[in-house]
Amino acid sequence: MKAARIRRAACGACLALAALAAPFAASAEDLSFSELYSDWTAAGLVLSEKTESLEGSTVTMTGYMAPPLTPTIRFFVLTEVPMSVCPFCSSDADWPDNIIVVKVSDPVTALPYDSPIAVTGTLEIGSEIDAETGFVSQLRIAADSIEAL
Amino acid sequence: MRKKWMKGMILSMLAGSAVFASVMTADAADIRILPVDTAKFWSGVKFDFNVEVANAKDLQNVDITINGKPAADVLGKNLEQQVLDNGVVSYRANDVTFKNTGDYLVSVTANDAEGKSAAEASYTVVQEKAARPAKNVILFVGDGMSLQAREIARILSKGQTNGKYNDLLAMEKLDHNAIITTSGYDSLVTDSANSASAYSTGHKSVVNAMGVYENSTADPLDDPKVETISEILKRTRGMSIGIVTQAETTDATPAAMVGHTRRRALQDYLAKDYLADYHRPDVIMGGGSSRYLPNTVMGSKRKDNFDVIQAFKDKGYTFATTDAEMKAAPADKPLLGLFHTSTMNVYLDREMLKNPKVLKGFDDQPNLIDMTKKTLDILSQNKNGFFAMIEGASIDKQLHVMDWQRAAYDTIEFDKAIEYAEQWNKEHGDNTLIIVVADHAHGVSISGTYHERDGKKGTEAVRVYQNSIMPTFQDADKDGFPDNPDPDVTLAVQYANHPEYYENYHFMPVPTPPALSVTETVEEAQNIGDKVEFHQVSKASSKANPARIHPGDPAELMPANTPKDDPQECHSADDVLLNAGGPGSEYFHGVMDNTEVFFGILRALGVNANHSVNPDLSKEAK
Repeated sequence: MKAARIRRAACGACLALAALAAPFAASAEDLSFSELYSDWTAAGLVLSEKTESLEGSTVTMTGYMAPPLTPTIRFFVLTEVPMSVCPFCSSDADWPDNIIVVKVSDPVTALPYDSPIAVTGTLEIGSEIDAETGFVSQLRIAADSIEAL
Repeated sequence: MRKKWMKGMILSMLAGSAVFASVMTADAADIRILPVDTAKFWSGVKFDFNVEVANAKDLQNVDITINGKPAADVLGKNLEQQVLDNGVVSYRANDVTFKNTGDYLVSVTANDAEGKSAAEASYTVVQEKAARPAKNVILFVGDGMSLQAREIARILSKGQTNGKYNDLLAMEKLDHNAIITTSGYDSLVTDSANSASAYSTGHKSVVNAMGVYENSTADPLDDPKVETISEILKRTRGMSIGIVTQAETTDATPAAMVGHTRRRALQDYLAKDYLADYHRPDVIMGGGSSRYLPNTVMGSKRKDNFDVIQAFKDKGYTFATTDAEMKAAPADKPLLGLFHTSTMNVYLDREMLKNPKVLKGFDDQPNLIDMTKKTLDILSQNKNGFFAMIEGASIDKQLHVMDWQRAAYDTIEFDKAIEYAEQWNKEHGDNTLIIVVADHAHGVSISGTYHERDGKKGTEAVRVYQNSIMPTFQDADKDGFPDNPDPDVTLAVQYANHPEYYENYHFMPVPTPPALSVTETVEEAQNIGDKVEFHQVSKASSKANPARIHPGDPAELMPANTPKDDPQECHSADDVLLNAGGPGSEYFHGVMDNTEVFFGILRALGVNANHSVNPDLSKEAK
C-alpha cells in the first residue's frame, strides 16, 4: 500500500520542492510522531524526555504535509497521517492533537499531500501564534531541508 | 422562498408568506428584520430585536412598528440606532420580550433618495402548559442519527426471526413520535449548530450559528441573540443544567444548549463562556480539554493562557479526566468531566478493540451509559428539576467518514443510555420528559447484505432482493453489542452523498477515512488592461484514500457525487424521527418543525418566562 502511494506521488503533479540547503542533515536526530509524547491525558500531553532534550537541536521528522490554501507559504502543518479534513477551508474541521508546524525561510510551492515527506531543521517548543494567520502551535521545526520520500 | 435581505421590488409572493406593504423602486434600501419572518416565541423569553437597513442613499427616516404601534412601546425599550462599520444602519434593542401571547406584525419602512422600502415580519407568541407537567427534561440528541442509522443499530443489536424483529430499540418504545424537519432559515441542509440551536431556542438560525440570528457584520459575536434553554431554565426556575457528549464539549450540539455565536469554530470562546453564571451548566462531560487548557500546556488549542479548568474548580466543580475519576465524583457537587483532548473514541475502539495506537493514552474513557448515570445522580439533587442534553455524537462523526459499523455500535451505546434514563425515570416519580431525536440526517441507506460465500467480491457481492440473506451478527454475551463487527454475512450500506472513495464493504479494524484532503493549484488568467497575467490559485479538493482498498478485493473507485472540496460524506436534508415519553410527550405527533422540540420542552415544564427567580445572573465569563 505504502509503495503504491509513493509511486503515485513521484509520477503525479506533485513537484519536489526547490532545493533547500541541507547542511545539518547528516547530524540530525530522527524523531518520530510516536516518540513526541510520553503521556496523553485530558489534563494535557506530556512531552517525552527525548523531545525535551532535542529542543534547539536539529531533528528529522517524517510525516505528511497538510494541504495549505495558498500557493506559496511561510509555514505548513506536518501531520502523522494524511489529513482527511481541511481545517483551513472548513469552519468546523479540526487539527489533530499532535501536529508540528514547519516554518520555511524560502517559500515552497507544491509538495505531495498523500505521501510522506521528511523535514529536517531546528526543533522549537512552546506556544507560538503566527502573527499573520493567528495559527497556534506548540511544536515547530524551523526547516533547513524538506524531502519528498 | 425568503431572502435575508428583503428587496422592495417583489413581483410575486408565495401563498401564505408575508409581507410587503407597498411596491417600491428597484434601487430602494434593503431591510432585514431579525428575528426573521415566521419566527415563533415563548412569551417572556428574551431576544435581541434588530432591524438593519442596507444600501440606503441618504437615508431619511425609518419607521418601525409592531401591530401598528412604535416598536419601542411594544418592546418596552428604545431601539438604539447605530451606523455599523459596513455602512449598514442598525436599530436594535437587546434582551426584550413579548409578554403576551398572540400574533405580532413587524412593519418597517425606510425612505431614502431612491424612494421607499418596506418589509414585514409575522411573529407568533405562545405559552402553553401540559395537563400533567414534567419536573425534568432529558433531551437525547443522536447526532446525524438518520432513520436508517437507527435501523442498522436495531438489526445488529436485536436481530430478526422470520422477518420480525426480536425486540425494538429502547428509544423506539417511547410512547409518542413525530417526523421532524430540519432546515435552517438560510439553507435546506443544516449543520449541528443550527439544528441544535432550534432545539435550544425555538428559533432557526444559519449554518455554523447557535443562539443568534445572523446580522450583516463579520463579527461572529455581535449578532442578535435569542435566549437559550439553559438561560431560560436557570433564570425562570433555578433548574440545573447538564450537557453530555462524546464530542468536544464545546462542539456544536452541546454548545448550542448554552452559548451564542455566529461561528461554532470559536471553541476557545465557548469554553470560557460556559463559566458565565447566567447559563453555566452544572454538569459538563465529554471531550475537548484542549479548549480549556491554557496555551502553556501541551495539547492546548487555546490562543490565550486562561485556565478554564482551574476557573471551574474555583467555582466548586469536581474535575474528572477518566472513567474512574468520574465515577468517584460526589453527587452533591457540579462536575466538569473532560476525558479526551479532542473527540472521545467510539465504543468499538474504546470498549472492544482497545488498539493502543488508536486510543493513544486515553485508555480509561467512560461510556455514555455511565456518563448518563452520573449526570442524573448530580442533576437530580436540585429540587427545582433539571434539563440534560445527552448526545450520541459520534453517530454523526462516523457516518461522515463512512464507517457505518462504528456509527452502529455508538447508536447502540446511545440507546443503552436512553434505556437507563427510562428506567431511572420510572424509579424516580415518572416526572421526566424524555425526548430522543436526531438533529439532521445522513445520506446513509441499507442496500441489502454483503457476503463472499460464493467467491464474489465488491459490488458483485452486494446481495439484493431474495439474495439479501440475513446478516450473521452474533451476540453471545447478550450485551446488545454484536461480538464481531465483521461477520461473514454483513450489511451492505451505501451513501447518497459522498466524496471520491474506494468502496470497501468490510469492517476497518483501524479507523480509515474515505478521502484525503488535497489542494489543487491551477494557473488562472487575469486580464489587466490589455495584458493577460497568470496567477497561481489554490483550492481545496479531495481524493480517494487508497488505504480504504480492502486487501484482496478489487479497487472500486467511486467518483464523488458532492463537491470535492469536502472530503467527507455530507449531511442530507432528509427528515428525522423523534420519540418521546413521559409527561408532555403527547405534544409530539405528525410532522413538526425542529423548533417545536423547544416549545414541547417549555410546554411540558409549564415555564412562565415572564417570571424570573434568578433575574440577575451575571453574563460575564470569569
